[in-house]
Amino acid sequence: MSIMDHNGGSVIAMVGKECVAIASDLRLGNQALGISSNFQRIFPVTDRIYYGLPGLATDVTTLRDRIRFRVNMYTIKEEREIAPETFAHLVSSTLYERRFGPYFIEPVMAGLTKTPTGGYKPFIAATDLIGCLNFAKDFVVAGTASTKLYGVAEGLWEPDLEPEDLFETISQTLMNAVDRDAFSGWGCVVHVITKDKVITRTLKGRMD
Amino acid sequence: MAATSSTYRPIGFDFSNEIRNNFLTGKGLPLPKATSTGTTIVGCLFKDGIVLGADTRATEGPIVADKNCEKIHYITESIRCCGAGTAADTEFTTALISSNMEMHALQTGRKPRVVTAMTMLKQMLFRYQGQIGAALVLGGVDATGPHLFTIHPHGSTDKLPYVTMGSGSLAAMAVFETGWKPGMEREEALTLVKLAISAGIFNDLGSGSNVDACIITASETEMLRNVEMPNVRVQKERDYKFRRGTTAWKKESVRSLVVEEREVRLGGEEMDTT
Repeated sequence: MSIMDHNGGSVIAMVGKECVAIASDLRLGNQALGISSNFQRIFPVTDRIYYGLPGLATDVTTLRDRIRFRVNMYTIKEEREIAPETFAHLVSSTLYERRFGPYFIEPVMAGLTKTPTGGYKPFIAATDLIGCLNFAKDFVVAGTASTKLYGVAEGLWEPDLEPEDLFETISQTLMNAVDRDAFSGWGCVVHVITKDKVITRTLKGRMD
Repeated sequence: MAATSSTYRPIGFDFSNEIRNNFLTGKGLPLPKATSTGTTIVGCLFKDGIVLGADTRATEGPIVADKNCEKIHYITESIRCCGAGTAADTEFTTALISSNMEMHALQTGRKPRVVTAMTMLKQMLFRYQGQIGAALVLGGVDATGPHLFTIHPHGSTDKLPYVTMGSGSLAAMAVFETGWKPGMEREEALTLVKLAISAGIFNDLGSGSNVDACIITASETEMLRNVEMPNVRVQKERDYKFRRGTTAWKKESVRSLVVEEREVRLGGEEMDTT
């Protein structure tokens, strides 16, 4: 039993066609005992960047606050919105700073990058608990159900999914993986980020 | 510098979670595993330079965390560094030394040497007594010619004509021991490096996916990302797309990012402009 599994919870992000999706379960537990079925661990950074923090719940709160502070400092100093790539590096160095006393969190990030031509390019990334970045072109997973998520996502994901199809794929991936994990589940939330809107849906699934 | 947590915070590592984490470890909860690059990395000297090679697999215990990561890191234009071990450590140590090398070049007004990078790396790693788990292959060409080093996590270094590191080092070294000879041509050396990395990819479980290579000569540096891709995933025979509406949901909220503008005319008559 690792500290990472103490509160449970999992996050996944996927790339689609000119859109990205990030989804998480809503469980907060104390080992095997369920505490809350409405524990949000996905947060918005800008209009088109969302990130999830699976891991130890106390660190979810702490890290959320620290990242919010640093993003605000960045926005004030640079006088512009943070780009997803920059945000990923900010999260990464925030974690590596604590290389020898880490936060027990494995962040997952998803967003749309503005291209010089005015278009939007999907971006996803994940890091380990000491901030090693993983820029993937397909999907990233983290949390107690990560092993299961890897398997299901590898089978279900395909390139260039439209927002509505991406919603189905990410939802089914998450729900089926989470149903095989004792420490994740108790409801799911999905965010699909497109160029002109963010769709947030709470899923209907098993509550056991 | 952008966005530090406080103006007065000291630089370097932050140990403030140590007490809590040690307490948890003492309770019998082991520290979780960080991403490591189980890795095969190699370097080899040839007639007019250095060829570096690496596989592209990153692992988290028995799980493949990244199927196509980059392990050949930039130090300067003519110096590169391959990293094995704890992935975050190789990434951040090479980035730090790369910055310091740039500063050093600006200060001295010269092209920096490979030994300089090697010394900076070994002194940093020795200072941390092996706690920073970076095993490196450093190669490059400077005013004094081509140089190739290995740097171990505790700070010891070797200078050799052909080197391998990481979990696939034995497989790769076997290839070098049979195939390497002094004064090889560029293509010959690249082929040997590809063969050595392939030996790691296929015989070592910690290494996999593609071959990255980098050829450094006095005149130019050529980064060959994914020169060999022996493990491409074939096109799926059918798709597993779900029919729209498969997933039942309870609540939906849409955050519109389009700023709407509407013009409302107030008042009655047009202004008299005659």
